[in-house]
Amino acid sequence: MYKLYVELLVTFFKIGLFTIGGGYAMIPLIQQEIVRHGWLTFKETIDVIAISEMTPGPFAINAATFVGVKTGGIPGATFATVGVVLPSFIIVTLVAKYSVRFKDQPLLQYALYGLRPAVIGLIASAAFLIARTTFFMTPNGSVCVFADIGNILKVVNWRAVLIFVVAIIASLKYKIHPILLIVLSGVLGVILYSV
Amino acid sequence: MDKGDKLKKIRKLFFVFFRIGAFTFGGGLAMIPFIKREIVDSNHWIEEEEIVDIFAMVQSVPGVIAVNSAIFVGYRIAGIWGAVASAVGVVLPSFIVISAIALFFSSFKNIPVVARAFEGISAGVVALIITALFQLIKPSIKDDYGWTIAAVVFAIMSLTNISAIYVLLASAAAGIIISYMKKRKEA
Repeated sequence: MYKLYVELLVTFFKIGLFTIGGGYAMIPLIQQEIVRHGWLTFKETIDVIAISEMTPGPFAINAATFVGVKTGGIPGATFATVGVVLPSFIIVTLVAKYSVRFKDQPLLQYALYGLRPAVIGLIASAAFLIARTTFFMTPNGSVCVFADIGNILKVVNWRAVLIFVVAIIASLKYKIHPILLIVLSGVLGVILYSV
Repeated sequence: MDKGDKLKKIRKLFFVFFRIGAFTFGGGLAMIPFIKREIVDSNHWIEEEEIVDIFAMVQSVPGVIAVNSAIFVGYRIAGIWGAVASAVGVVLPSFIVISAIALFFSSFKNIPVVARAFEGISAGVVALIITALFQLIKPSIKDDYGWTIAAVVFAIMSLTNISAIYVLLASAAAGIIISYMKKRKEA
């Protein structure tokens, strides 16, 4: 048990330290770490993203609490959540204490010049990897890119594709709220997977 | 500032940030106006001009906006214990809600209707992420270097198992190198 607590603390400290750009950008890192430790499956991490959208709090912190409870109960959740917040705590209190002014730090601005586009790449890969798992009915959504079209079509989850098309139109064209979008796709899931 | 006064402030910080934490659905930039209203307009803890700097800062250091803002404001108002109270306050609502959900989620997901709903939601999550992606491209990518970094990061993260940590470190290094190269060209 003691070993698990340390592992949760260290892993989520690492995630907290590299939480840059916030929100969706950190999905790939969090998934990598959680799945690598065998704490959740890739599919379960998607459930946690969905839960995060419907409840208060950002994904990084919700993921820490969720994984902590799953693996080590409430003490586990406490270690994981403290771990994910601790890097911010140390850095931000130092910044507040010494009144570091970020506009005057060219090196940080230069680093951000590379990190901002990286965030776009990270978010795009989060969408790609989750889409692959969702749209193909194979373990982990692994589809050989060079397989013939007939074989690929056979494993496509058409219901998921249909729900995605409706959801993306509702979101991009009609700008519906994320929580409503989750509810909408959930309702569509219940209807389509029942027939 | 006497001791009782400070203790009162710490308690106040906890409750204000608890309220902020309870209403930060989805998190991120959407909650900036909400934080501003609580700490500038209602409680006058921070000056209007300073808050812009704070929001710029909390987005350029590691961590999430709500938590970073809580720690910064808490420290400014009541020192280290103010920062602790604010951080605990802002995290506690989601900690309670997520713990409750995590405890029951497995049995909840065994209900067929719930399992089907989550199958559907999985496709909805893809749509949500793509929407966020489109919104963020314009403020994040300024030139061809940016497009190149984004494309390389996408390819590495999608096709290999290389840790996102190395990818982020390499991107930061690339940003520094490209910036220096550009400066030398100008000079």
